[in-house]
Amino acid sequence: MPMTITEKILAKASGRDAVKPGENIWLNVDTLMTHDVCGPPTIQIWKDEFGGQAKIWDKQKLVIFPDHYIFTNDPHANRNVSILRQFAQEHQLPNYYDVGGERYKGVCHIALAEEGFNRPGTVLIGTDSHTCTAGAFGLFATGVGNTDAAFILGTGKIWEKVPESMKFIFEGEKPEYLTAKDFILQILGDITTDGATYRAMEFDGRAVYDLNIDERMTLTNMAVEAGGMNGIIAADARTEAYINERSSQPYTVFKSDADAGYHSVYEYKASELEPVVAQPHSPDNRAVVRKVQGRKITKAYIGSCTGGKMADFVAAARILKDREVKVPTFVVPASTAVARQLKEDKVNGKTIHQILSDAGCVIAPSSCAACLGGPADTIGRSVDKDVVISTTNRNFPGRMGSKQAEVYLASPLTVAASAVNGVITDPRDAMG
Amino acid sequence: MQKIINGKAYVLGDNIDTDQIIPAEHLVYSLSDPQESKKYGQFALSGVPRERAGLPDGGVPFITDGNYESEYSIIIGGSNFGCGSSREHAPFALQKAGVKVVVAESYARIFYRNAVDGGFIVPLETTEILKTALKTGDAIEINLNTLKLTNQSDGQTYTLVHPGDVLPIIEAGGLFQYARKAGMIEG
Ligand code: SF4
Repeated sequence: MPMTITEKILAKASGRDAVKPGENIWLNVDTLMTHDVCGPPTIQIWKDEFGGQAKIWDKQKLVIFPDHYIFTNDPHANRNVSILRQFAQEHQLPNYYDVGGERYKGVCHIALAEEGFNRPGTVLIGTDSHTCTAGAFGLFATGVGNTDAAFILGTGKIWEKVPESMKFIFEGEKPEYLTAKDFILQILGDITTDGATYRAMEFDGRAVYDLNIDERMTLTNMAVEAGGMNGIIAADARTEAYINERSSQPYTVFKSDADAGYHSVYEYKASELEPVVAQPHSPDNRAVVRKVQGRKITKAYIGSCTGGKMADFVAAARILKDREVKVPTFVVPASTAVARQLKEDKVNGKTIHQILSDAGCVIAPSSCAACLGGPADTIGRSVDKDVVISTTNRNFPGRMGSKQAEVYLASPLTVAASAVNGVITDPRDAMG
Repeated sequence: MQKIINGKAYVLGDNIDTDQIIPAEHLVYSLSDPQESKKYGQFALSGVPRERAGLPDGGVPFITDGNYESEYSIIIGGSNFGCGSSREHAPFALQKAGVKVVVAESYARIFYRNAVDGGFIVPLETTEILKTALKTGDAIEINLNTLKLTNQSDGQTYTLVHPGDVLPIIEAGGLFQYARKAGMIEG
């Protein structure tokens, strides 16, 4: 029976030869990821439900990253990290990445990739909606809540309804003024925030496979913004090279059959697309930058698992080089590895870190920071009626702090160009 | 499981995301400490912009100042209810505030799973556009046997969608209860 890549992975994980969309199946989980916001309540449910018998099904498969609320004086937030630390000690967890030292990694989704947990063909479940990011490596990755995670923690299993797949093909060559962010915002505008609910979003086409791993993760990261269960890009040579450098664990490369069934197929010509933004207050409120250019902004933000990867800062630096920002601009590397690399990689003799700081950006330690607002003392948090242009993934009311603030989502090129002018700006006008 | 649920409706629009259900700054309270977890009730739906809180007029506080529970136990939503983050705090906050049932045109997957697997609230779907048919404050009866929603304020009846394969989990009161009954886990 012809199957999509998602169906093939789910068939393997449920021990069947084939699965069909709509079937409810139990999956064996390969990796369970949690963080400081959802880890403590997950652990509590696991203790309450399994009682004295509570056992972790497989310590090697459990990965914990404190990353959300970490550089804060908020006592409740700090207590969450203490709970994780104690749990990791008590159970001698091999994959706990504590904050405050060498092991600290930064935002979970990027750290998962960097630490080699994103193995093609596996099932990765996380207590965070953007767990779908890992699908960029040709695996099934999706987010769940604490109860589901606690159940996995004790049993290694989860039920899922096999999703129908939607296919998004980007043909041709991507112009240099576009990034993967423009691709996904384009899709969101077309299918809206519930256009992929309970479905798999599969990305394909030359312009997708031309993207580097960072950029591929931008596509899959925002599958959940369309309601998608997972986003997925089949592994290619680039994926395998990346994973082989970081993991010696086995993996399986699956690809969709040519005659597999899809709910729908969308085709785009990359060269015909334009830079776009998502206007307040929804990621599907798309407008081409040309239509909204000139709108005043009060803040710019380049960070998060979506927009704080190396590729994002390289893009921003292309525009910010030898220029100055006109509005407060925050740079938050998604991971400590990205933060380090910013100080290593050079463009014309200057490190990217230097380029960004010379342009007047405030460079913060890596964490989720103001992507989700966070406690009142969070760096870059929006206040009052801020108008923010940001490389993050959500702009619902209050997401970045203030409920009165307006947030525009855009590519790092568009954000950098706008920061330089203090108004929303098409990157084509700043790239020379 | 309770099959007939009565309560007052609190009507909301489309795309009620988890930041509106429980803003991120409140995610730090303990979910298990009985005193502290009351705060989730106190701040439930506090992220909904004023003009969209309690339709059709808006400006209706879901919870009055200083209280931990709402007088509204039935939430009526539009499409894509619960979109956004994976926080289980969202259906938990609604439960803490005294909500029993949410009736919406559609749900975001993670919110729906969390509501069902945690046994916090019963998420029901309807093909009718209740967000404009009902008003905040209407007295509602939901009958889970007949899958009917009745607006007792005017006698109108609406049809609810059968929850399908997840009904046994809803009826058991959550994933763990279901798994014990099914013999998947002990205890
Ligand atoms: S960076 Fe933002 S979207 Fe990514 S995990 Fe953190 S809060 Fe979530």
